[in-house]
Amino acid sequence: MKVSYFPGCTLKNKAKVLDLYARKSAEVLGVTLEEIDNWQCCGGVFTTARDEVATKLSSVRALMAARDSGQPLVTVCSACHNVIKQTNNAMISDAEFADKANRYLSCDSPYAGDAKVYHYLEMLRDLVGFDALKEKVVNPLNGKKIAAYYGCLLLRPGSVMKMDDPENPTIMEDMLRALGGDAVICGKRNECCGGYIAMESPTLAKKSSNSVVENAIAAGAEMIITACPLCRYNLIKNGSPIPVVYFTEILAEALGIKEDIHE
Amino acid sequence: MNNKNLREEVLRISGVNPKKCMRCGKCSATCPAYDEMEYHPHQFVYMVESGDISSLLDSESLYRCLSCFACIDRCPRNVEPAKLVEAIRLSKIRKQGANHMTANDVPALLDEDMPQQAIVSAFRKYSK
Repeated sequence: MKVSYFPGCTLKNKAKVLDLYARKSAEVLGVTLEEIDNWQCCGGVFTTARDEVATKLSSVRALMAARDSGQPLVTVCSACHNVIKQTNNAMISDAEFADKANRYLSCDSPYAGDAKVYHYLEMLRDLVGFDALKEKVVNPLNGKKIAAYYGCLLLRPGSVMKMDDPENPTIMEDMLRALGGDAVICGKRNECCGGYIAMESPTLAKKSSNSVVENAIAAGAEMIITACPLCRYNLIKNGSPIPVVYFTEILAEALGIKEDIHE
Repeated sequence: MNNKNLREEVLRISGVNPKKCMRCGKCSATCPAYDEMEYHPHQFVYMVESGDISSLLDSESLYRCLSCFACIDRCPRNVEPAKLVEAIRLSKIRKQGANHMTANDVPALLDEDMPQQAIVSAFRKYSK
């Protein structure tokens, strides 16, 4: 199976391992991530104002590229996933915005929200299947206690992301179980780490991040997994005493390919 | 722009109808930036409804919102307060010279591990 792939800016720089293990793991699972040509940064956060057009065009271009290739569009980074899905939703639900965006892009066939966007986790669940994933595991996680940290961008707004129940998600826990891990549920798994406020107000980011980490440790976690480079940065920078890793790292580990790969 | 026009613009670009608010306060209760805000999410809703936007325009609260969508998802009346915060912030920074952050500010705020995502996100929220 081939899918269109939007890696995003951070996966080419500070989060190279998130990208690398996503690609290698997909290969083992029979999926080829075909990187979109000349993609542009999604901007990191979706601008909710309806009259903001130019800031959303990079996402529309990526969506158009996926449509033209007839493939679903897969993202790994929480932020890219959020921005691209919200933009796709705006192209479907806001006719005035869609008209303006299409005029800017001046494309032969206007974009009408045709592409299907999947986060990599959704790809594992809906296109590969957790049962099929389980069969490929050669190095099970041996009941390691791992907390899945969703943060805010994977799940919200729930009516647009449509990934999972935004208040009681199971997708990352289901992946962990398929890999042989012990999924630890913690109450703050869908609360914000502080995000980009780390630049201007590190104290607020520290407060939010520490509360997430303390909550995971109190629930018995030995490790935290995330899909978001900024969540990982905030949790580690603010002194998490337990490892915080990308979900693709433990995926690659369970699939037995982590040792073969060097950055 | 006078106050009435500004209020109309904020309502138009946010798509929010503050009259739907039933004053439950859940938006502020769930806001991770509550303690750092001069005006809290529920106050944005009241103040836009009453037309008191000028106080909001000059408040640092505009730059404390984390865009985490918690108040948007958890509002039982779908008022979506964060969309008002965004619309007012844009009304402010769209003016010439009113950016909250410029490229010159960035190097001092970085460390070697900070992901690009933080920088592009802050830029999208703080400058035009």
